[in-house]
Amino acid sequence: MADKETPLLDELEKGPWPSFVKDMKRMGEKNPAARDHLRLLEKSYEDKLVHWKHGGIVGVQGYGGGVIGRYSDMPEEFPHVREFHTFRVNQPSGWFYTTEALRKLCDVWETYGSGMTNFHGSTGDVILLGAPTENLQACFNALSENGFDLGGSGSDLRTPSACVGPARCEYACIDTLDLCHDLTMEFQDEIHRPMWPYKFKIKIAGCPNDCVAAIARSDFSIIGTWKDALKIDQDAVKEYAEAGFDIQGLVVDKCPTKALKYEGGRLELVPEDCTKCMHCINKMPKALRPGDEKGAALLIGGKATILQSAFLSWVIVPWMEMKPPYDELKDLLRRIWEWWDENGKVRERVGELIYRLGMRNFLKAVGLKPVPQMVFRPRANPYIFWWPEEVGKNG
Amino acid sequence: MPEIEYKGQKIEVDEDGFIQDPSLWNEELAEYLAKTEGIEELTEDHWKVIRFLNEYYHEYGIAPMIRKLCKETGFKLKYIYELFPSGPAKGACKIAGLPKPTGCV
Repeated sequence: MADKETPLLDELEKGPWPSFVKDMKRMGEKNPAARDHLRLLEKSYEDKLVHWKHGGIVGVQGYGGGVIGRYSDMPEEFPHVREFHTFRVNQPSGWFYTTEALRKLCDVWETYGSGMTNFHGSTGDVILLGAPTENLQACFNALSENGFDLGGSGSDLRTPSACVGPARCEYACIDTLDLCHDLTMEFQDEIHRPMWPYKFKIKIAGCPNDCVAAIARSDFSIIGTWKDALKIDQDAVKEYAEAGFDIQGLVVDKCPTKALKYEGGRLELVPEDCTKCMHCINKMPKALRPGDEKGAALLIGGKATILQSAFLSWVIVPWMEMKPPYDELKDLLRRIWEWWDENGKVRERVGELIYRLGMRNFLKAVGLKPVPQMVFRPRANPYIFWWPEEVGKNG
Repeated sequence: MPEIEYKGQKIEVDEDGFIQDPSLWNEELAEYLAKTEGIEELTEDHWKVIRFLNEYYHEYGIAPMIRKLCKETGFKLKYIYELFPSGPAKGACKIAGLPKPTGCV
């Protein structure tokens, strides 16, 4: 590509970090769509305007989601990106691939699309950027033959996503990889055929560190935790102290619920005060670790700003055992979807529906009891709206 | 704007093949549009979905939610995909003469 063609984008190549401009130029040498895409982006920088049209409905047979329509609003000047549709490809749990699988994926994409990819999008899927309408079905068929399936898009269950969990991390309280795979297989219909008021995202974190940011980015967050007390190895605590580590200042004083005491060289926990925030474990991983009775907390309602402002998920089940076949979890999900689908307005996320109709109505509809763990500071604010019939019963 | 030629008449469609002027829609045009979505023959069940979508649109000015479509026709979503392999939004709405449903992805 002639160097002078994209002077504004060329600026981005000058810094010390890798630049997507360099990648796109390299692909542009063999793919005209990649080249036109770069030129269209330069035009957007000049005009301070996006040159992709809003919306577009494209797809493959039998699926309502998985391919997102993109059209340029300047098709005459940029003919190779006239149609530039995006595929979402369901990622493997924890994003583990063989190099062979990656090569196949790239071969398919260079045959039918722009050759440009994004590993991975915020949903977790592999994003394949830019194919013309006439190639969509053939590309999907080739992906299928190589063992890949599409992910979710539109008003459906988005591709479930999980942290690497026990594959690489000693903190994992649940098998995030198995759970993610199991839910993906169980809810194929919900992933591929949009049927709800709006999108629904499930993300699974192995421990309260929440490396996939499930609490902020998913309508339904599954976060590994434990029920008993965290475990303390007093010999290892001594080693930290001898190495000059400030246990009092960096761990005990920073415990948000003041659940730790450090006296006479021993670190002691008051288990009922611990909220499993992971701070002390992160600071002293050799001395502290999660308890033995492991499961997950379930939270609902996380989302970015749409109808309402951004929400973090909030706890609806403080602890549930997470063992295959995960029936209790699946039943709960189905009850939640039924209530949301029956009551939700167009483009209303489940968290927004709860905000509109009230947590009390939600809990009753899905058959959950209100418990103190649902409240941010239950000891300071134990307030709960009782149903009128309960007030009579409880005096 | 692309056009399709149907019975000597030129009809404007958008890039996804949705007709731009819903008032031009009739049942013969629906049969023609069905072929562009790979449906050779429209059965009574197809027509049940198409007529419901068309009437709903003329009453409310929008496409119904999927749950409404399934409830009113009595068809499960899976069966609607069997009838319209490209799905209710891309397939059935297009054949029923609705403007393209806008959606955020």
